[in-house]
Amino acid sequence: MTTETVSKKSLLTPFNVIAGLILLMGAALTVWRFGWGIGAVTNLDNNNPWGLWIGFDLLCGVVLAAGGFVTSSAVYLFGMKKHHAAVRPAILTAFLGYLFVVVALQYDLGRPWRLPYPFVVQSGTTSMLFEVGLCVALYLTVLFLEFSPAALEWLGYKRLRNLIHKTTIALTIFGVVLSTLHQSSLGALYIIAPSKLHPLWYSTYLPTFFFVSAIAAGMSMVMLEGWITHKPMHSKMSEEYLAQHDDLYYGFAKGASFVLLGYFFIKVIGIAVDNEWSMLGTGWGQWFLFELLGFVLLPSFLYAIGAREKNLKLIRWTALLTVLGIVLNRLNVSVIAFNWHLPSEMRYVPSWQEIGVTLFVCTMLVVTFKFIATKMPIFYDHPEYKDEH
Amino acid sequence: MKRRNFLGLMGAAGVSAALPTKAQAGGNVHFEGYPGSKGVLFDATRCIGCRKCEIGCNEVNNLPKPEKPFTDLSVLDTPRRTETDSYTVVNKYEQEGGAPVYRKIQCMHCLEPSSASACFVAAFSKQSSGAVTYDESVCVGCRYCMIACPFEIPTYSYNDPITPKVIKCDLCDANIKAGKISVPGCVNSCPKEALVYGERDELIKIARRRIESFPEKYIDHIYGEKEVGGTSWLFISGVPFSQIGLREDLGVASGPELNSGPLSVVAMVPALWPLLLAGVYGVTKRTDKINQQEKADAVAQAITETQDKARDDMKAAMERAANDKEATVKREVAKALEEAAKAAEEGDGEKEEEGA
Repeated sequence: MTTETVSKKSLLTPFNVIAGLILLMGAALTVWRFGWGIGAVTNLDNNNPWGLWIGFDLLCGVVLAAGGFVTSSAVYLFGMKKHHAAVRPAILTAFLGYLFVVVALQYDLGRPWRLPYPFVVQSGTTSMLFEVGLCVALYLTVLFLEFSPAALEWLGYKRLRNLIHKTTIALTIFGVVLSTLHQSSLGALYIIAPSKLHPLWYSTYLPTFFFVSAIAAGMSMVMLEGWITHKPMHSKMSEEYLAQHDDLYYGFAKGASFVLLGYFFIKVIGIAVDNEWSMLGTGWGQWFLFELLGFVLLPSFLYAIGAREKNLKLIRWTALLTVLGIVLNRLNVSVIAFNWHLPSEMRYVPSWQEIGVTLFVCTMLVVTFKFIATKMPIFYDHPEYKDEH
Repeated sequence: MKRRNFLGLMGAAGVSAALPTKAQAGGNVHFEGYPGSKGVLFDATRCIGCRKCEIGCNEVNNLPKPEKPFTDLSVLDTPRRTETDSYTVVNKYEQEGGAPVYRKIQCMHCLEPSSASACFVAAFSKQSSGAVTYDESVCVGCRYCMIACPFEIPTYSYNDPITPKVIKCDLCDANIKAGKISVPGCVNSCPKEALVYGERDELIKIARRRIESFPEKYIDHIYGEKEVGGTSWLFISGVPFSQIGLREDLGVASGPELNSGPLSVVAMVPALWPLLLAGVYGVTKRTDKINQQEKADAVAQAITETQDKARDDMKAAMERAANDKEATVKREVAKALEEAAKAAEEGDGEKEEEGA
């Protein structure tokens, strides 16, 4: 990434060049995908109908965008008012996260132009996916409204901005309701396939696992983004944002430590309830323990140490570890431990085109974030609305 | 379809109490299929792996001709699954110390299909005829049905960019309803009567009779009677079902049954979460207010105390000043008097000098 002054001088910054190349590749892949069909660019088949685009783009995309509801509820509902400046970056990331989840979904759906069908043509209300779709659609709207004051301040629409600002609490509560529902429902998608998902990952508690881990993921993502954006966006960050920045880390690290510990406990309960202890000795069991101990219990301890010793560096690396762990978990459920019963030659491995599209969508997200955070009051308060908290 | 609709409504709107329909998901009512619905009984002891059923299916459904002709039985040497151009296939399963056993694969036409439970546009329907049918006209192409199907039956035409769709056996429902045929294509072309088409209840009786008549020939189990809530296709076999590619670990819970747990929680979240969250918000706000009030009180008290002290100090200072003033006046007066006395004395002396 580059600083603002450099990019004004020359467009050929390393960031722009790499992003530009990925976007070009993505455009080509888009033509390929929609011109020749899903089969032409993916390794999906009749045994493996869901691959990287669902496992990463949808499942990881949604869980990593949980920072929006976690931060806004912490600040507006749970009284962490002093971290007010952290809300807008978190909301923006969540909004863009969900937006690009929907964009990525267009590639995976056979007939994406029918995406509104469940709501306008025929509803399959027994489907967990209907629930996910409805909540994601509504939550995307909520996030749009939550984000809109920043855009309206930038555009100068004062009255509309003030009107929306008044609904903050209601929107926050609605956002938490919708997030609870669809974060957990993404886990519930797999409840219907006990014969396909490895028993160590399959549990009737899957919805709870997904929801609780989403809270840890949301907190960790807020910290991780704070870390990543710190340098490139530094000139845009208000004194208030920077002043409370470290304190937010300590607070969130402490919270995430507890949430991860709770998540660890319920995962163990999941094993105990189904009496799957003996499976822990198998190869799959070791893989399961690798995820659970290395990416859940370990970060829980590291966060605790980081918060206690006020070790910013440790907290940041732990945030990265946690995020990687959540990604690993979602990929385990959706791809790695899914269809574990199939012989290895029938297992799914993503094609380079699938990875390319995923990379393309992620790049679009980063570029859009950069554009908005550079133009609009995200990391700082708009001078006209400075004292309204 | 009543049951699924009901479940859905309950999930989507939380109106369970308002509906007169019986709550089958959480209650003790068990759906055992539409009365009189049809199915097929497959007898693995009779199947010879001739692939005639594949031909029958191919012709009735106007499917493209395969690369290798149906008469080529070497195809059986590699295990196959349903594909977009073959709704049914026969696989050969080698048995230890015995002749191979053949088994036909196609949509099992579950009594309570997971695919129907999973579909978010309700494209799948369990017909009263017994068939599980698919409506292409609403399909979005999410392929969740393929994730949900425990038998891994539905296929997807991935290579079609404009009109990709799910493809699977429909028990020849469309053809039968149109009056073109009276039994499914596969059943019609079986030369060994390994397939029997009829009412599911009757088929179960037939299967039982065969098992009872030849207990040494059959495994004492009708596969599909209870599996995943029951299927319209039923299998009997002389070898364990797991040896002819039928999973024995699928359980008896149907897709809708598995889903009913998470679905039942759905309505609780929007009902209770706002109360809880608004409560938390209220408590937070109230705590803030109390804190502010306490702070204000403390400040007020401090101000009063300071003011009192200042007043006292002032009073004391004033008194001191008044005393000082008085003392000064007294001193000055005394001084003046003294001086005056002194002056008078001196005056007398002068006069005395003048007078001398």
